[in-house]
Amino acid sequence: MAELLRYRDDEAHEEPAVTLDAFLGQTNATAVRLEPDEDARALIPYLDRLGLIEVAFPTFRDGRGYSAARILREAGYTGELRAQGDVLIDQIAYMRRCGFDSFAPEKPISREAADRAAAFHDIVYQKAADRRSPVWALRHG
Amino acid sequence: MYKYDEYDQTIVDTRVAEFRDQVTRRIAGEITEDQFKPLRLMNGLYLQLHAYMLRVAVPYGTLSSRQMRMLAHIARKYDRGYGHFTTRQNIQYNWIKLEQAPDILADLATVQMHAIQTSGNCIRNISSDQYAGAAADEIGDPRPWAELLRQWSTFHPEFSYLPRKFKIAVIASEQDRAAIQLHDIGLQLRRNEAGELGFRVYVGGGMGRTPMVAPVIRDFISTADFVSYLEACLRVYNRYGRRDNLFKARIKILVHEIGAEEYARQVEEEWAHVKTLGLDPPPGEFERIAAYFAPPPFETGLGEDIDRSDPDFALWLDSNTHPHKQPGYAIAVISLKPVGGIPGDASADQIDLMADLAERYSFDELRVTHAQNIVLPHVRKADLYALWKALDGAGLGTANLDLISDIIACPGLDYCSLANARSIPIAQKIAQRFANLDRQRDLGELKLKISGCINACGHHHAGHIGILGVDRKGEENYQLLFGGSGAEDASLGKITGPGFNEDGIVDAVEKAVETYRALRTDGERFLDTYRRVGMQPFKEAIYG
Amino acid sequence: MKILTGNDLETGDVVWWTGEYWSRHVEEAIDVGDGGDAIAHREEGARRVNAPYVIDAERTEVGPRPLHIKDRIRAIGPTVRPDLAVRPVDAAAGNWVI
Repeated sequence: MAELLRYRDDEAHEEPAVTLDAFLGQTNATAVRLEPDEDARALIPYLDRLGLIEVAFPTFRDGRGYSAARILREAGYTGELRAQGDVLIDQIAYMRRCGFDSFAPEKPISREAADRAAAFHDIVYQKAADRRSPVWALRHG
Repeated sequence: MYKYDEYDQTIVDTRVAEFRDQVTRRIAGEITEDQFKPLRLMNGLYLQLHAYMLRVAVPYGTLSSRQMRMLAHIARKYDRGYGHFTTRQNIQYNWIKLEQAPDILADLATVQMHAIQTSGNCIRNISSDQYAGAAADEIGDPRPWAELLRQWSTFHPEFSYLPRKFKIAVIASEQDRAAIQLHDIGLQLRRNEAGELGFRVYVGGGMGRTPMVAPVIRDFISTADFVSYLEACLRVYNRYGRRDNLFKARIKILVHEIGAEEYARQVEEEWAHVKTLGLDPPPGEFERIAAYFAPPPFETGLGEDIDRSDPDFALWLDSNTHPHKQPGYAIAVISLKPVGGIPGDASADQIDLMADLAERYSFDELRVTHAQNIVLPHVRKADLYALWKALDGAGLGTANLDLISDIIACPGLDYCSLANARSIPIAQKIAQRFANLDRQRDLGELKLKISGCINACGHHHAGHIGILGVDRKGEENYQLLFGGSGAEDASLGKITGPGFNEDGIVDAVEKAVETYRALRTDGERFLDTYRRVGMQPFKEAIYG
Repeated sequence: MKILTGNDLETGDVVWWTGEYWSRHVEEAIDVGDGGDAIAHREEGARRVNAPYVIDAERTEVGPRPLHIKDRIRAIGPTVRPDLAVRPVDAAAGNWVI
């Protein structure tokens, strides 16, 4: 089991994530896993009872999870949003900007290395799901 | 032209540091080639046929003389004394060492340049009209909008792992000098009936294995909303573009498969949500950028007369200059297509000379065209002769703009590991066959484009005459196409029939050209005659 | 015959497996027979080469000649820039033509 890299203050969610199909059929699950070809918007009616949404990255090249994450944050999801799978250290900064706050990479990544890589993306040009002000906002107040 | 502020500079400097870190980790074996490849591609560093190749970004094709000198310096210090200007207005260096790549990026950063996102499955260099800010027919300079998009697309966290590469072009005139209908997204600046400023949006054009002309997805989007609208376009692509097949992963396939109407509907639906997120920069940001594109301090009261007594100069004047919106000025085009030369290549000395000439004669500014030539956009008519003499002395004065020897050619099998056949020797042979300038001028506008493989980096689908190099049982073979156009009358070339070897293709081109001459009516270009009479007469002449 | 080629990781130079080391000169390449993939794997793992792969070649007087034109161009250099060609180790050796 890959080690978890977490950027949240609360406790890690205990319940295992069920598939989207299972989740939509159940009434009491609080954790769900999204595959790349599944529609994140299907979860929008249930966001307030979800404690964990895990987004699968079977290959690091498949960037659909980045959109899924932003869509969920844009819809107001505040629970844990986890990127799981072929997650590489140089992607963490982008993933965090899209709203991911925990990472379960197949190949373990140390927190120190992740933070070092992320620090290269302090100043950003565009608005995303994180709280960072884009450069144009810094320029014009 | 745009000048970085502290934020722009920090971003570029940080990228250099990040890449240096990634290269160090690669050389130390902390990351594999498979993991490193997308990182180096996002910095424009390819592993090519002979060595690493670095593609430096030239945003919307605009360069200052200072930047041009740095490009010469890089060619000398890190490469083998030359660079190659590409069909996307960038420059490529073919002999780069990985261990030096971070130093090259550091040098580039000192003149506000970079190699960010010139490769990879992300948004690439935003291209534009090479006559922007000088042509009389634009409704405004398209480049500040291109700069706005450059910033929006740089390190975009959601769109860095797209199904495939993404190319955007912006123009501001009816005449399309940037082939916007053959881009993933093409934007044409225009006014609606109410006089508001905005863009006509084309989505889903492209060449390669399945060439397509882009449909209009939205006839008008206001400039106030176009960034969030593009965000919606990209998000729909990122979510639904095909990822099962590398050759079906561009947005043109998605638009084609679900239909333009359905794609437009999905974008509208996404945009209804995305436009509420405050993604659009405020008008003040555009105004800040646009101020850098104010016209240079043109002189007034200048004469229009030009002494044509030097016949060679007169030829160059007629072919290689274009009218300027400012009285007394002209746009000058420097040909990088000397007969027998390598299309788009320039030596470090030539690059330095062009920088000097830009400084002296063109308010310090140059442009790279997607036809692999260089433009000096603002030259006093009175200076054209002195400019031409200097160019002529350096092999840069060929008077062949848009003539048959002004060939667009990709690097081909001489340089590119994707290629199936060599393209440069074909370009050289054809140019030599038609070396006589009188003959070229008689033939008139004839855009000949050569690609060494189906990836179509030579834009052969958009050539009046197009040539595609293929591998036929281990031998180089060349297919001939007619009738393509990358202008506002966009069309895709049609194959004539069986292919030719390297001598046969030159003969076939000559037969086609002679057929045109025999059939043309007054004022018709090759393209016009072909469109009027069709393929049959050409086929008969070529295949006998 | 089968020969093994790749690129030097740091410089990007095209290199050929000689049996002991990676050379910039194709004429020094040896026949790896069926063992090419195993050697490639070992060498890449030790970072002595980047992106190695096996190609077909024929024996000639001046050494192995890659069968595919792409590999020959890779071995010699761009045909349109003979001044940038990879020079053979033995300056007296004849050059084989594309």
